[in-house]
Amino acid sequence: MSKMTIDDLRRVLIECAGETDDGSLSGDIQDQDFASLGYDSLALMETAARITAEFGVQIPDERIAELRTPREVLDLVNDALAQPS
Amino acid sequence: MTEKVYVTGIGLLAPNGVGLERYWEAALEGRTGIGTLTRFDVSGYPIRLAGQIDDFDAAGHLPSRLLPQTDASTRFALVAADWALADAKIEQGAFADYEMGVVTSNASGGFEFTHREFKKLWSQGPGSVSVYESFAWFYAVNTGQISIRHQLRGPSSALVAEQAGGLDALGHARRTVLRGTPMVVTGGVDSALDPWGWVAQISSGRLSPATDPHRAYLPFDADACGYVPGEGGALLVLESAGAARSRAAQHVYGEIAGYATTFDPPAGSSRPPGLRRAAELALADAGLAPAEIDVVFADASGVRELDRAEAAAISGLFGPGAVPVTAPKALTGRLYSGGGPVDVAGALLSIRDGVIPPSGGTTDVPGEYGIDLVRGAPRPCRVRSALVLARGKWGFNSAIVVRAVPAEPAPPSVNTSPSRS
Amino acid sequence: MTRRVVITGIGVRTPGGNGVKAFWELLTSGQSATRRISHFDPSPYRSQVAAEADFDPVHEGLSPLEIRRMDRASQFAVTCARDAISDSGLEFEEFDPGRVGVSLGSAVAAATSLEQEYLVLSDSGRNWLVDHTSLSPHMFDYLVPSVMAAEVAWTVAAEGPVAMVSNGCTSGIDSVGHACQLIREGSSDVMLAGASDTPVTPIVVACFDAIKATSTRNDDPEHASRPFDGSRNGFVLAEGAAMFVLEEYEHAKRRDAHIYAEISGYATRCNAYHMTGLKPDGREMAEAIRVALGEARIDGTEIDYINAHGSGTKQNDRHETAAYKRSLGGHAYRVPISSIKSMVGHSLGAIGSIEIAACALAIENGVIPPTANLRQADPECDLDYVPLTAREKRLRSVLTVGSGFGGFQSAMILRDAGGAAA
Repeated sequence: MSKMTIDDLRRVLIECAGETDDGSLSGDIQDQDFASLGYDSLALMETAARITAEFGVQIPDERIAELRTPREVLDLVNDALAQPS
Repeated sequence: MTEKVYVTGIGLLAPNGVGLERYWEAALEGRTGIGTLTRFDVSGYPIRLAGQIDDFDAAGHLPSRLLPQTDASTRFALVAADWALADAKIEQGAFADYEMGVVTSNASGGFEFTHREFKKLWSQGPGSVSVYESFAWFYAVNTGQISIRHQLRGPSSALVAEQAGGLDALGHARRTVLRGTPMVVTGGVDSALDPWGWVAQISSGRLSPATDPHRAYLPFDADACGYVPGEGGALLVLESAGAARSRAAQHVYGEIAGYATTFDPPAGSSRPPGLRRAAELALADAGLAPAEIDVVFADASGVRELDRAEAAAISGLFGPGAVPVTAPKALTGRLYSGGGPVDVAGALLSIRDGVIPPSGGTTDVPGEYGIDLVRGAPRPCRVRSALVLARGKWGFNSAIVVRAVPAEPAPPSVNTSPSRS
Repeated sequence: MTRRVVITGIGVRTPGGNGVKAFWELLTSGQSATRRISHFDPSPYRSQVAAEADFDPVHEGLSPLEIRRMDRASQFAVTCARDAISDSGLEFEEFDPGRVGVSLGSAVAAATSLEQEYLVLSDSGRNWLVDHTSLSPHMFDYLVPSVMAAEVAWTVAAEGPVAMVSNGCTSGIDSVGHACQLIREGSSDVMLAGASDTPVTPIVVACFDAIKATSTRNDDPEHASRPFDGSRNGFVLAEGAAMFVLEEYEHAKRRDAHIYAEISGYATRCNAYHMTGLKPDGREMAEAIRVALGEARIDGTEIDYINAHGSGTKQNDRHETAAYKRSLGGHAYRVPISSIKSMVGHSLGAIGSIEIAACALAIENGVIPPTANLRQADPECDLDYVPLTAREKRLRSVLTVGSGFGGFQSAMILRDAGGAAA
């Protein structure tokens, strides 16, 4: 897989931690805070593990706690994917 | 006089009825929830009948956020708790957070969930294990999740005692109310109908090998040959009488009037099993004589020697054939920690409706059992007090006495309060 | 008349040496019993350290039948129960078995046996449809862990109330608290109470890996558990058990029993916040402490020592520090606080009972066990955590607390035996 899209992330988030009740996940969420979307640290740990399994990108433990928005996740994953392996 | 503890709300999911009234209709109509297990391909297994809850869509009842982190049993428990609290019509703010507790029982934890995580660990490696495994499996999960969902911060606990645990939860919740926490959500729910949970249940050696859903689990029948396991259970709202009165609770199902638990002597002992003593202690706790009990909801194991022992305990305590005995769980299968609370709900509805539900397909009760088993059809009968029994494998015995609560007299009256016998 | 509850017998199985003597020697030495996991090859796991107990069931006197039948956690519980009984000097044959009960705590119960059975039944994880033909006759005992409480009941033929309390990581306090309630209300006169957990198994290690709760100090296992230290990075998983003979006080006095301590107060509350998370303010733990003090009829300033939950996660250490300040005010800064998890690790449901044993022994010996490996405290943890070295002090009342997944917060007060006799 060459690139992770916002739709990929949306799908992984829903699989790992469910949909938000108000459907806010369907809008433009790139720069929304995970906390405001209702995702806690466990949700992000589960999401990070799923990203590793699916995209082969390891997110270091200490980085997981720092990731605030979907854009930050996508940047981190896609930067790693762009590195020549 | 000590405070009384009332049941003011019930949420119930059983294989023959999702929801309290649907369960009760099925129990009275003799509709069974037992059928071939369909969660996985059972064709390779020697035992295939289960009491399975089919018409339940968790996503229709719970927030999406809770689904990835919960086992089937926890979803049932959360929904039952929602329904019980809605039934009790407890308004936001009626109690402060520390005035509300949760006491649940659980026999097998979030077992299907944990089976999936074991499979992931051993087929895909440690990195594949879910973050939710750390709490979706353990036996306190339902207490914790219910506490969080409803902001209940009072004394809370989780108890395990195989099939007797559900009554122990109710008994401990009653103790918690009597010790000063005015409202406690309590009961038990179980489900272990994944392949591993299934073979684990088979290993108990007590499951019925019969293949006819109407003849597989026949408690107290001469043809009894084991039990059918099921899933589901009930959660109840227990309130102190004072709290129920002060918030003008619209509807009280009845009183949890007595509770006791005992343990059997070890195998080989010459001492008698403890079920009768549990019943006697619960009656004493309620201040009732055996003659004041109108119906017994039996543990009804379906294993012949255990049926015989229970029949002996009941006929010994009440006299041969002296009290109607029933086993509506013949239509749901044994629900482990859910079994006792579902029977307590049934006993409370017997009080409400003046009718005792029948005992599934049981027809031929050996005369030497000396019990009057309600079978074939429901029996209309004025019920004011009921005894509910449950036994857990390895020797657990628990008993609960429920009693009708007289309607509040309209004007203040003098010297007319019912005596405690 | 109020019935009071005292400890008259103790049995422990813990990392670093089995039995009360070895346990107490370890605690006062300030040495940590944590090591690289030896029960299985830990190399694929994030956290590879644990506090394992060296437990030999044959040496412990269990029969081949008992060893086959019982999960490791049951074996721990039963051997501790036998020790506690012999320590108490009670002759169980002499009184009504209906007045003797059991209250056993465990968080993950038969995890060890479940994992062993699973690997056989599933062909090492290959099959979802597990094979029933290779089924152990004891598989049901591992599915439904109340058999553990039954095993303990059988050691003395108890016929009173037998309960298994499974409140996750507060199980070990709550099982003892439950037993105290049963004695006080008159449901029994003697209770075998305590807790056991043997969670050093792949599935449990993996699930704490997933939430990154356990220490990754894999190159230095002896210093991996460092509660309240600024450089801590998680708890160290452990196994162990502790069982007590609890007696109604008059009952113990009549037979002139040795009394370790009275259990004078207990309370538990839930935070209703998050299954694994803690609010930083410590509000619910503070409430549990406040209610336990009330039950013990003492003021917070009378607490001479606090046995902390002290798991060694940043979240916990700050949470309970806040809870002490909230419940004890200025006294929080004066009272010595220590975490024995720095030495025996965190044995989930069992540790609460192991810590009660530590409190009883601390009262008996007038010695406070230290917090091992605490060299540079987290600046936000600014209380007296008794670093590195044990401290002599006469202890009249001590507080022990527990905090666990599901939001449980529990607190218990123990009082010295002289106080109990007064």
